[in-house]
Amino acid sequence: MTLLEVKHISHWFGGLQALKDVSFQTQDEILGLIGPNGAGKTTLFNVISGFITPTKGEVIYEGQRIHHLRPYQTVRLGMARTFQIVKPFATLTVEENVLTGLGMPYYPTSKALVQRYKTAPNLEKVEEILTTTHLKEYREFPAAKLPIGLQRRLEIARALATQPKLLLLDEPAAGLVSQEATELSDLILALFHQGIQIIVIEHNMRFAMNLCQRIVVLNQGELIAHGTPSEVQNNEKVINAYLGQE
Amino acid sequence: MSSGYIVTIFTFVAIYISLALSLNILTGYAGQISLGHAAFLGIGAYTSAVLAVRYGLPFWVDFLAAVVITGIIGTILGLPSLRVRHDFLVLATMGVNFVVVSVFKYVDFFRGAMGLVNIPAPTILGLTFRGGAPYLTLTAIYALLTLAVCWYLSKTWSGLAFHAIRNDEDAAASVGVGSARYKIYAFGISAALAGGAGSLYAHFLGSVFPDNFVFVESIGMLSMVIFGGIGTLRGPIIGAIFLRLMPELFRFIQDYRFTLYGALLVLMMLFQPMGLLGKDSWLWKFSTRLLPGNRTSMREEIP
Repeated sequence: MTLLEVKHISHWFGGLQALKDVSFQTQDEILGLIGPNGAGKTTLFNVISGFITPTKGEVIYEGQRIHHLRPYQTVRLGMARTFQIVKPFATLTVEENVLTGLGMPYYPTSKALVQRYKTAPNLEKVEEILTTTHLKEYREFPAAKLPIGLQRRLEIARALATQPKLLLLDEPAAGLVSQEATELSDLILALFHQGIQIIVIEHNMRFAMNLCQRIVVLNQGELIAHGTPSEVQNNEKVINAYLGQE
Repeated sequence: MSSGYIVTIFTFVAIYISLALSLNILTGYAGQISLGHAAFLGIGAYTSAVLAVRYGLPFWVDFLAAVVITGIIGTILGLPSLRVRHDFLVLATMGVNFVVVSVFKYVDFFRGAMGLVNIPAPTILGLTFRGGAPYLTLTAIYALLTLAVCWYLSKTWSGLAFHAIRNDEDAAASVGVGSARYKIYAFGISAALAGGAGSLYAHFLGSVFPDNFVFVESIGMLSMVIFGGIGTLRGPIIGAIFLRLMPELFRFIQDYRFTLYGALLVLMMLFQPMGLLGKDSWLWKFSTRLLPGNRTSMREEIP
């Protein structure tokens, strides 16, 4: 069964139409979502994860319509995300940031008021996640003091702690140097091989082309192409969107 | 200074430690700045006073009712906070304070400006706590109880959720924290603890008047939290002790003591915005460096 299906999504911000009848579905893959600035990529992520209720259309996750759900509810279904402008919990340590994700099943229950979070099993899980994301040595650091590349990785670690089936990564390679981007790419591939489906918004074309099995291209709120990286690369509409029409 | 006077001052210090700690749950942990906490002190005090004076109920009933009723009212009054943030929330909480004081002032049931008087001293297990050292002990026990609640809460998933919404509500939502639920929790718990302090306040003074719970009192409580170190356990305690004792210690300079008090607050905000013992205050850093096995220096920079 398709994990996520986006059906005829349109969204207006006042008089501006940010998304125009966008439809696609995920397969077992790393799906790239690319497009020039202002194409509507982050808006689409916000619609999928519940931060924006779309004006029209449906988001279907595991056969269930979810576009009316709030973000704290979509994450409970197994959909985690990161943000384009990183939002680590700045006053918490790296370890505590990851623990916030582990608390996901407790927050909607009254257990959250009495159950302690720094338990041995939870700290073990944190250790595991920090090892996967190569953040182990920063465990005790306040998130605010990490450089941007590590903060991006920390957001992934925090999202992983919610045990997602689908991970939405919003420009994870932005601001990274090439070595960091390669490491990140390896990490995303490793997560995919662990069974997590991934949708990644990316500006860095080379990064997206190397990483993703399939790519969806948005331009001015419209889905203009989808296919394998090579198909998309040679698509005339995509070339025009990026380079402009003669 | 007589010993009775000193005991009275410290009784108030203990009550204000409870108040500052309870406000810290809302403002320090959950990040909801409130300038209406005196309203919860008032609701607790009036609940206890009404039950004791009008219905003759024993202290423990008055006290528990004050905690529960203030908690419920705090939860309800917290609902507007779901719609407003930051400076708008500050204004909304101020408004709540004005409304509550007006209810005490203008609803006949509360006897208006005449207040409720002749509130009996509490009797617990046959022992009567009529002022002095016994009452100080009672308020100190309550301050410790409040501290224990705050400490435990900070170790629970809720404590972590409070930190999450204080940092960033969108990021908190992305890990499953419904900020509405946790803001309501923070308002409810914070108000309930302040209600208990209100009950002790009423039974200590023996009378309550609307003017005891005006907006200026709320500013005082918020000052204690910020002055000591917002979001920490030690901060509100130090803030309450310092700011309650200071006007008394400087009584010899008479009216100028409040000028000094104000100047001290300004200097504090200029040079130690995180508070006297806040997370990044030099005093806290200095004292933790003196302790063996501290991690402060290690946490300062990336290797």
